[in-house]
Amino acid sequence: MLPNCFEWAWDAGHFLFFGGMWYTIIILSLGMTWCIFKTIMDTVSGKGGDHH
Amino acid sequence: MTQQNHGNAHKFGMVIDLDKCTGCGSCMVACMSENNVPFKEDESNKKDSITWMRVYKLTNGKSFPDTDVCYLPRPCMHCGGKGDHGHSPCVSVCPATATDYDYGTGIVSQIYTRCFGCRYCMGACPYHARFFNWWDPKWPEGMEEYLSPDVSPRMRGVVEKCSFCFHRYQAAKDKAYLEERDTVAEEEYQTACTQACPSGAITFGDLNNPDHAVHQLVNPDPHHCGRPRNPKAFRLLERLETNPKVYYISEREWVRKAGDNYLDGEWEKAKMKKTKGHE
Amino acid sequence: MDSALIPKGANRCPFPVFATGIAVVGVVLLWGVYAMGLCWIKGLNQTNMNDYYGFALWIWADLAVIAIGGGAFFTGLLKYVLGIDELKNIINLAVVIGFICYSSALLILAIDIGQPLRGWFIFWHANVHSMLTEVAFCLSLYFSVLTIEFIPLILENRQVDKVPFFHNLSHNMHTAMAVFAATGAFLSCFHQGSLGGVAGVLYGRPFAFREGLLIWPWTFFLFTWSAAAYGPCFTLLVAKMVEGITRKKLIKDNVIHLLAKISGWMITTYIVAKIIDTIYWIAVTAPSLGFSVMDFYTDNAFYGIWILFAEIVLGGIVPAVILITKKYRENSKMLLLAIILGVLGVCLNRWVMVLQVMAVPVMSFDTWALYIPSWQEVATTILPVAYGIILLALAYRYLPMFPQEKELSTEK
Repeated sequence: MLPNCFEWAWDAGHFLFFGGMWYTIIILSLGMTWCIFKTIMDTVSGKGGDHH
Repeated sequence: MTQQNHGNAHKFGMVIDLDKCTGCGSCMVACMSENNVPFKEDESNKKDSITWMRVYKLTNGKSFPDTDVCYLPRPCMHCGGKGDHGHSPCVSVCPATATDYDYGTGIVSQIYTRCFGCRYCMGACPYHARFFNWWDPKWPEGMEEYLSPDVSPRMRGVVEKCSFCFHRYQAAKDKAYLEERDTVAEEEYQTACTQACPSGAITFGDLNNPDHAVHQLVNPDPHHCGRPRNPKAFRLLERLETNPKVYYISEREWVRKAGDNYLDGEWEKAKMKKTKGHE
Repeated sequence: MDSALIPKGANRCPFPVFATGIAVVGVVLLWGVYAMGLCWIKGLNQTNMNDYYGFALWIWADLAVIAIGGGAFFTGLLKYVLGIDELKNIINLAVVIGFICYSSALLILAIDIGQPLRGWFIFWHANVHSMLTEVAFCLSLYFSVLTIEFIPLILENRQVDKVPFFHNLSHNMHTAMAVFAATGAFLSCFHQGSLGGVAGVLYGRPFAFREGLLIWPWTFFLFTWSAAAYGPCFTLLVAKMVEGITRKKLIKDNVIHLLAKISGWMITTYIVAKIIDTIYWIAVTAPSLGFSVMDFYTDNAFYGIWILFAEIVLGGIVPAVILITKKYRENSKMLLLAIILGVLGVCLNRWVMVLQVMAVPVMSFDTWALYIPSWQEVATTILPVAYGIILLALAYRYLPMFPQEKELSTEK
């Protein structure tokens, strides 16, 4: 999973596979970070309090 | 000392003369005691008992007086896989690299402490050479004293299989190192089943070494992934291109035919082609 | 009693009735949990698996729930990425079903491995050439996508929504949903495919082995395609079951018919590809390995040629024809028949690609191996069903799962 693992090899298989994996993890975590960050900003600025 | 296999990889393999095998089961017993293979109180269900070496009984399907029987010992085939590149059916599917192909010896290893028991390798192996530890090993009282200290016993939940007695190779290499030799002699590394066979049906050695008996017996063709050039020799399921390192020899045509699957009439054609090729 | 939690304007049965229902299913759930405990404590000797059947009922259940859970990624793709807006009325249901299916699959895998405490080895010591590694990675990542897709729905619960932070979070997550859904679709293509690859790469098993494109056998593409095709059938089937149990119309017919039509065309294209694959396998692949097709379907007590017929004709052609024909699709009985056949068809396909692969002898002197699961295996397979029913019931009761419910109930 990481280059310090015993099985790691600097080859196409590892690049593609783990490249895809880290890419996906980064997209998901960036997406969630954006959501949470924006929510904090929105909440602080008083949005969504009495929408009903 | 120079690295043992540098530029000169070994390819350890086995040749079993089926016409010599009497089906006595010595190889199975020797294997079990050599490798600390666990057993159950009731071993009648062969589908969940562990037999790294298993002797199959084959018959030619004819009735008396033409009936004929052949016993076929089946260890792990240590397949080289398609193109003999080391992508054995089992090695290529193991998700955790718990089974590996050693390019220096051609031996397919099993790392018990790495295996997490998904059993995908067992599904991949057409020879049923892989076994799962459905139970924790339990030895009758006092028998722990008889276990081999060179082979680690396996815990519940992992897969195990024949290792071509790899610990014996390690011991032979250690000895050679102490004696400041570069090579391990043919007789120094022999598997337990080979030595136990009373009729001398099993031969073991380096298929890449023309001086070794296994090479002389089957004359493997390096241009065809080690396919035997001896017309009486065959490998199990040759057509699947698993490229095993275990060869069988028999004078009996029906035995050789039983080594693989053929459509109606195909065997005769294949036979003709083979005879022509050797003329 | 719990009326403050129930979506505004929605009618739900009295709490004691609901609680009784949950308790009944809960007993089944506990039975499954007990069996699961036995497998973890005593080991896999509690099952009827053996060295011929390393893969058995559980792996089938795993493949089956993932296939029928495919409705989540495909509906998500259609709604968020391709912009088919009507599907917003069924997407919540698809996501909840997907969440249930995938969490069940992960649970089953955790029971199925011999050393569960070493499960993380598949990530840490990954062999990137193994299809199972690809399955594990994409499955876990996609499960996190499904969790992300499920969260906004939970936040829409009447009481939770009152908290400004949760209200805003739900809104913002909806805004970013297209990115998550696209990532989910990407992951799903790979894990559905690699589940197909699991069988297709077994070149030591002529019944399973298929040629393919680059490193992917044809089963890779067939599995992805079939999950996208049949997944919506299961979403529709659950929708029909929920409507039946609650005796309410929850989704408008035009939405149902749209998804049914898309599913129908997907099944049609899939079944054409499957037939071509099967013919090639019968005519070229199997004979080249020394097998005639009937070798796979004779000399045993269970696997006859009927299974191939049932999978392709009853589970493929028949639902395809019903779903692509407007007249049949809009007939509620025919529609129900088609989605039931579709779900059974894809489950049968997964059965064949796991269990029959193990059953067929390869060495000429070997014999067929049949197997009957132990009660522990059956109980642990029913466990996710019970868990799914409970989660779905809770989601229906407390979350605004069906946006059209209010409108449809006032129409009535």
